[in-house]
Amino acid sequence: MLLVDNIEKIYPNGAKALERVNIAVRPGEIVAVVGGSGCGKSTLLRLIAGLDRPTRGKIMLDGEKIVAPHPAVGFVFQEPRLLPWLTVAQNAGFGLDGVPAPERNERTREVLQRVGLADHAKSWPRELSGGQAQRVAIARALAPRPKVLLLDEPFSALDAFTRASLQEHLLDLWEAFRPTLVLVTHDVEEAVFLADRVLVMRPKPGRFVAEINIALARPRDRYGEALDHAKRRVLAALDHSLQAQPRGEELAPAAAI
Amino acid sequence: MRFLTGFILPVALALAWEAAVRFGFAQGRLMPPPSRIFATLYDLAITGELFRHIAATTARIMAGFGLGVVAATVLGALAGASKLSRDVMDPTLQGLRAVPSIAWVPLFILWFGIFETSKIMLIAVGCFFPVYLGILGAILSVDRKIVEVGRIFRLSTPALVRRILLPAILPAYVVSLRTGLGLGWMFVIAAEFMGAAEGLGYLLIDGQQLGKPDQILASILTFAVLGKITDSLLAAAAAPFLTWQDAFARRD
Repeated sequence: MLLVDNIEKIYPNGAKALERVNIAVRPGEIVAVVGGSGCGKSTLLRLIAGLDRPTRGKIMLDGEKIVAPHPAVGFVFQEPRLLPWLTVAQNAGFGLDGVPAPERNERTREVLQRVGLADHAKSWPRELSGGQAQRVAIARALAPRPKVLLLDEPFSALDAFTRASLQEHLLDLWEAFRPTLVLVTHDVEEAVFLADRVLVMRPKPGRFVAEINIALARPRDRYGEALDHAKRRVLAALDHSLQAQPRGEELAPAAAI
Repeated sequence: MRFLTGFILPVALALAWEAAVRFGFAQGRLMPPPSRIFATLYDLAITGELFRHIAATTARIMAGFGLGVVAATVLGALAGASKLSRDVMDPTLQGLRAVPSIAWVPLFILWFGIFETSKIMLIAVGCFFPVYLGILGAILSVDRKIVEVGRIFRLSTPALVRRILLPAILPAYVVSLRTGLGLGWMFVIAAEFMGAAEGLGYLLIDGQQLGKPDQILASILTFAVLGKITDSLLAAAAAPFLTWQDAFARRD
């Protein structure tokens, strides 16, 4: 169980990025957080990852307080952030340093196979397409078998076709490993396609304003009626959250990278 | 094949000059033809004199370059690692950098005498700045996003240095070493002009004083060859660590 308990984040410049944020995520659940830029959604994810510390409140994973990056929490950034001097296989196995070599190789092979890049094990990152590189990044995050995988707009830099195929890919991986997924996105279609639950955030200060449950069996029909309906509910909540704010002031001191 | 194209121009110029002197279009007294330069080189080589000079110069370069590189690497890494040490050291070093290195010669001679130490110090100072700037710049420009990957995987500080920082700064560091070595060759001549009994710089001065342009050109040629060889050795030593880089992988 991942618990975000009454989190507040105030930046040194006084800007309040998050106020009274609470979430409880069940093991194996997929939660999507949506909101406009600058609403604090990336900040929230960084706090859960232990990359930043909250000003108030706490984050608990199975009863353990998270104060720094945790071995059971994986992170996929918006950019692949592969290390250019390591091969694809070395990148995928980057987090397995403490694991004995034979097992590390085996697990790296397995996870690369899972993301469909077993043939590219010896390639350099520069030889990959954007979608392939992001798959390696996902493999790298999954290789240590985290209980929770955090994804910060992981597909936003990709073209629509690659994005759709990677979303399905992510679901396959989720089926295989069953991690808890917390996905931050500004793509409403992506959120409703992937998530069991969509949380809508509102900026200044960032907080949750709506929660939409999407109790649809997988595989889901991306263009079906049901998803369309869910999408409209999310959009309505977003629209509402935007209207309550004067437009054009959504500066993003908090969500920077 | 492409390797050979580089030789077309110098060889053509050399042949043209050789022909011009042979057929009496030019005297070739102050600008001797290639055959005379090579004959001089050959004479210097068979007496073993050439190698004595090469050995003296190379030893100075190695000592000076080594000293400069070690100092620059330590100080550059220190300045890159901590903001405080950077704020303390960097303005002073940048100020010293503005002093032309040759300006230190009189002082170094007073301090270290006219023999090897002052020469090696001058070369070390010449090599120091490009390497210091190179490593400092490389550390400061390491992508914060990649460092964050290290944090996510909970790397300890030594592991972060070994697995992320060192590989990230290596390409720029190698470039700065090559620049430093190039300057080392420059300063070794300056150092040997200060007065030396052996070395390629001595050969140059000797050629000037005795009016032997062929000897001057022979030493210049030797400088060119040695400079190129040492630079290639440095690049070759670094290449295995840099195969991941586009520039190195695509070089053919």
